[in-house]
Amino acid sequence: MERRVNAVPHETESAAQDARPIYVLTDVSKVFPKRNVHALDHINLTLREGSFSSVIGASGCGKSTLLKIMAGLQPPSEGSVMLDGRPVLGTRDDIGMMFQQATLFPWRTVIENVVLPIEIRDGKAAARAAHDQARELLGMAGLSKFAGAYPNELSGGMAQRAAICRMLVSKPSVLLLDEPFSALDELTRDFMNMELQRICMERNATVFLVTHSIPEAVILSDVVYVMSPRPGRFVEEVVVNLPRPRTLDMITTPRFGALVDRIRGHLEMGVLE
Amino acid sequence: MTHVSPADEGVHIAASSGAVSTVWVEEGSWFDRVPRSVAMAAIFVLGVGLWQLVVVTGIVSPIILPSPVETAEQIWFVGHNLLTGGYMLTSLWITMKEVFYGFVLAIVLGFTLGVIVGETAFGERALMPYLVAFDTMPKVAFAPLFIAWLGFGIESKVALATYIATFPIIVGTAAGLHAADENARMLFKTLGASRWQTLVKMKLPTGMPHFFTGLKIGSVGVMAGAITAEFLGGGKGFGELIRIASTNLHTARVFSLIIYLSLVGMLIFMAVVWAQKRFVFWQKSSAVMEH
Ligand SMILES: Nc1ncnc2c1ncn2[C@@H]1O[C@H](COP(=O)(O)OP(=O)(O)O)[C@@H](O)[C@H]1O
Ligand SMILES: [Mg+2]
Repeated sequence: MERRVNAVPHETESAAQDARPIYVLTDVSKVFPKRNVHALDHINLTLREGSFSSVIGASGCGKSTLLKIMAGLQPPSEGSVMLDGRPVLGTRDDIGMMFQQATLFPWRTVIENVVLPIEIRDGKAAARAAHDQARELLGMAGLSKFAGAYPNELSGGMAQRAAICRMLVSKPSVLLLDEPFSALDELTRDFMNMELQRICMERNATVFLVTHSIPEAVILSDVVYVMSPRPGRFVEEVVVNLPRPRTLDMITTPRFGALVDRIRGHLEMGVLE
Repeated sequence: MTHVSPADEGVHIAASSGAVSTVWVEEGSWFDRVPRSVAMAAIFVLGVGLWQLVVVTGIVSPIILPSPVETAEQIWFVGHNLLTGGYMLTSLWITMKEVFYGFVLAIVLGFTLGVIVGETAFGERALMPYLVAFDTMPKVAFAPLFIAWLGFGIESKVALATYIATFPIIVGTAAGLHAADENARMLFKTLGASRWQTLVKMKLPTGMPHFFTGLKIGSVGVMAGAITAEFLGGGKGFGELIRIASTNLHTARVFSLIIYLSLVGMLIFMAVVWAQKRFVFWQKSSAVMEH
C-alpha cells in the first residue's frame, strides 16, 4: 500500500472508515514450495466493521489464496491474521464464505441446504428449529416458493441467492466472497450485486469480495485493493466515495468512470511490470 | 431450395396461396426412427432366423447347436418344472440364496473396505495394493480352495460369489469418496464440520452414483461366481443342473437353463437400478446405460 488515493477529495469519508478494525492482516506471505510459487508477498490489510472491501486482480495473482488464508483454510507462510482480536488458526464460525459455484447439495431441499451450517454446528434438532429463520432469509432473497424445491430446479442466479442465505443463516460477522457472481450472466449479476448491497447494509456486515470485474468492485465497495501478480501484492488502495445506497445508474456518472479508469490503469501497470 | 425472405416475397405468397407452411420438421434417417419394440423384435427374429438357418444346413451337429424349436421346447419344459415347484425350483432357490448372500456380503465388505480405502491415507497407500493383488488373482482358481475350506454346501459358493463381486464395490465406493469437488470440501471445512460429518453428510452422498456403478458391476459378477463354484464343487444349485445336462450332451437343456439364469441376473441388475433411482433421485441421467 504505497499510496492512498481519494478519487474525489473533500468528500466526507463513509462511516465505515471510523469503525473499529475487525480483520487485521500483518505482513502475510504465502509460498507454495512445490513449484516455488510466491503467491502472496507481505500483504497488509485492515477491514473495519461494516465496511465493504474488494480485491481486484488478474486471475492467478493470489486472490483466492488470500481469501483462504483469511478464512483459516490455509496457513500463511509468514505473517499474522487477526479476526476480532483473536488470531485465525483454522476455520471459524464467525466467518461466512461463498464461492463462484453455489455448491448446493442436490439431495437436500433448498431450505435444508440453507440450514446446513446450523445442522453441522448444533445438530439436526437445531437445524429444524432454524427453519423459520431460513424461510425468512429465503423470503428476503425472493426464494420463498422454492424452500421445498431441490437445487436442480433453480437457475444459476437463484442457486447463488440460496447460497447467500446459507452463508447468512449462522449470522457470521464477516463475509468472504470469492467471485460469487462471476458465473452468472451480466443482467443477473447486476441484480445480484444490488441484492448483496441491500443485505449487507441491512446487517451491517463486514464484507471482503474477490472479483475480476472493475465495475462490480466499484459499485459495491468502500475500498478497492488492486493486486498485481507474481508475487501477489497490493499495489493500490482506491477509496470509493460514492454515496450509499449505490444504484446501477451510477455506472454512467463521470465519477464512476474516473474510478474505473484509475483502477484499470493500476491493473495494466501491474500486467506490464 | 429457393430462399424466400419474409420481408418481400413471403407476403406475396401468403396472400396468394393463403397457407404456406412455415413450420418444418428436421428429419433423421428412417433407420433411427424405428420404434424400440419393433427394432428389438426385428433383431430377435433375425437372430433366431440365422440360428435356424445354420441348423437346417446341417453344418453343425445338434449336440453342438440345438435348433431354436428344440430350445423353445426346453424353455417350456424348465419353465413348467419351475412353476409347478419341481426339483428345478429347489435348485434355482439354492442358487438364488448363494447369489443373495454373496451379494449382501460383497456389499458389506466392499463398502467397508471402500470407505477405508477412500477416506484414509492408510487405506489408500497400504491396503489398496493388497486389494489390487487379490483382485488380479485368477479368482476361479480359488474355487477348489473354498470347497476344501467350506465344504460342498452353499458356503463355498457364497465365498466365490463374494470374492468376485467385492472389488468393483470397493473401487466404486472409494472413487465416490473422491468425487466431491474442492468447493464442497472447503465449504464443509469453513462450517467447522468434523471428519465424520464431512463423510456422512457430504462425501458419501456425493459418491452414491459411483457406489451404484460398483454395485452394478458386482451384481453381474456375483452370479458368475456362484455358478462357477457350483460347476467345480457340486452342490444342488442351477449350475449343477447345467453341468449334468451338459455331461449328457443335452445342449438344448443347457441353453434353456442359461436363459433362466440370465433372467435372474437381469432381475438382480434391475433391482440395483431401481435402488439407485430411489436413493440417488437427484441423478437424472439413465441409470441402466451408464456403467
Ligand atoms: N495449492 C497450491 N499449490 C501450488 N500452487 C498454488 C496452490 N494454490 C494456488 N497456487 C498458485 O498460486 C497462484 C495464485 O493462485 P490463486 O490464489 O488461486 O489466484 P486467483 O484466485 O487470483 O486466480 C497461482 O499461480 C496458483 O498456481
Ligand atoms: Mg481465484
